[in-house]
Amino acid sequence: MKRLFPILSVLTALLLGYALYLALVVAPTDALQGDVYRIIYYHVPSAWTGMLLFLINFVASVIYLIRRSQKADILALVCAEVGVVFCTVVLVTGPLWARPVWGIWWAPGDIRLTSTLVLWLIYVSYLVLRRFSNSAQTQMLAAALAVFGALDVPLVYFSIWFFRTQHPQPVIGGGGSMDPRMLHVLLISWMAFLCFGFLVCWSRFRLELLRREVEEAHALESLAGAEEISPKASVPLSRSTK
Amino acid sequence: MNGIKFLFAAYIATWLIHGFYLATLVRRFSRLREQLRELGKK
Repeated sequence: MKRLFPILSVLTALLLGYALYLALVVAPTDALQGDVYRIIYYHVPSAWTGMLLFLINFVASVIYLIRRSQKADILALVCAEVGVVFCTVVLVTGPLWARPVWGIWWAPGDIRLTSTLVLWLIYVSYLVLRRFSNSAQTQMLAAALAVFGALDVPLVYFSIWFFRTQHPQPVIGGGGSMDPRMLHVLLISWMAFLCFGFLVCWSRFRLELLRREVEEAHALESLAGAEEISPKASVPLSRSTK
Repeated sequence: MNGIKFLFAAYIATWLIHGFYLATLVRRFSRLREQLRELGKK
């Protein structure tokens, strides 16, 4: 396990490098947009990876609500956090692509753009709740929020199928068409970002396990300290009442 | 259409965001390891 992580990290770095080479050098230039369309190779894979992570967050939250599994809770937290990072990339690269192509940074009222921003806000709220709430119910409330928040994921994905938007139509499915060479590069790029996302989630999962371990050790330490100060406190109730 | 500067801005922004997040993970890891070491000493 200890060796697997560095090996996978090197392979992912190589894959990301290869994807970058394909995106900038091998993929053909778009006839209408020119080279700026190459943003698609970072924008779309980031969006797909982010949405996949939010869906995993949804499944893990449902498992937590049913079984109260701590590992499911950690997985939900990790996927939400890394998903927000990918969603941030989408919200930053989107306007950078829109400006030269549409002439505007943002199309107010556009359902795809707005629902993506709402999705990001929902998961940022989820993380804020988890970070700053000390209630014993935090995990349950966060899981419930995640279940409702996940409803926005299909809305984001299918909005361009069912509504007229400024955002382009889907490149895969939904009647969209793409040059096979561009599609090949897009899929390799997605694979690279998926591997990268998996590694980041893995690191974050280990970090969360370590954090809970430290928290537990602190709690045990303060409990031991309290017993040293007041030895009577450790006397079982049945004996102390006699 | 000359959008090269936007293309590079998007790619750089992507790696800046990921780099910033990875840096926060590294910082959190080192803080926790330090705390564990202190707990071990006690």
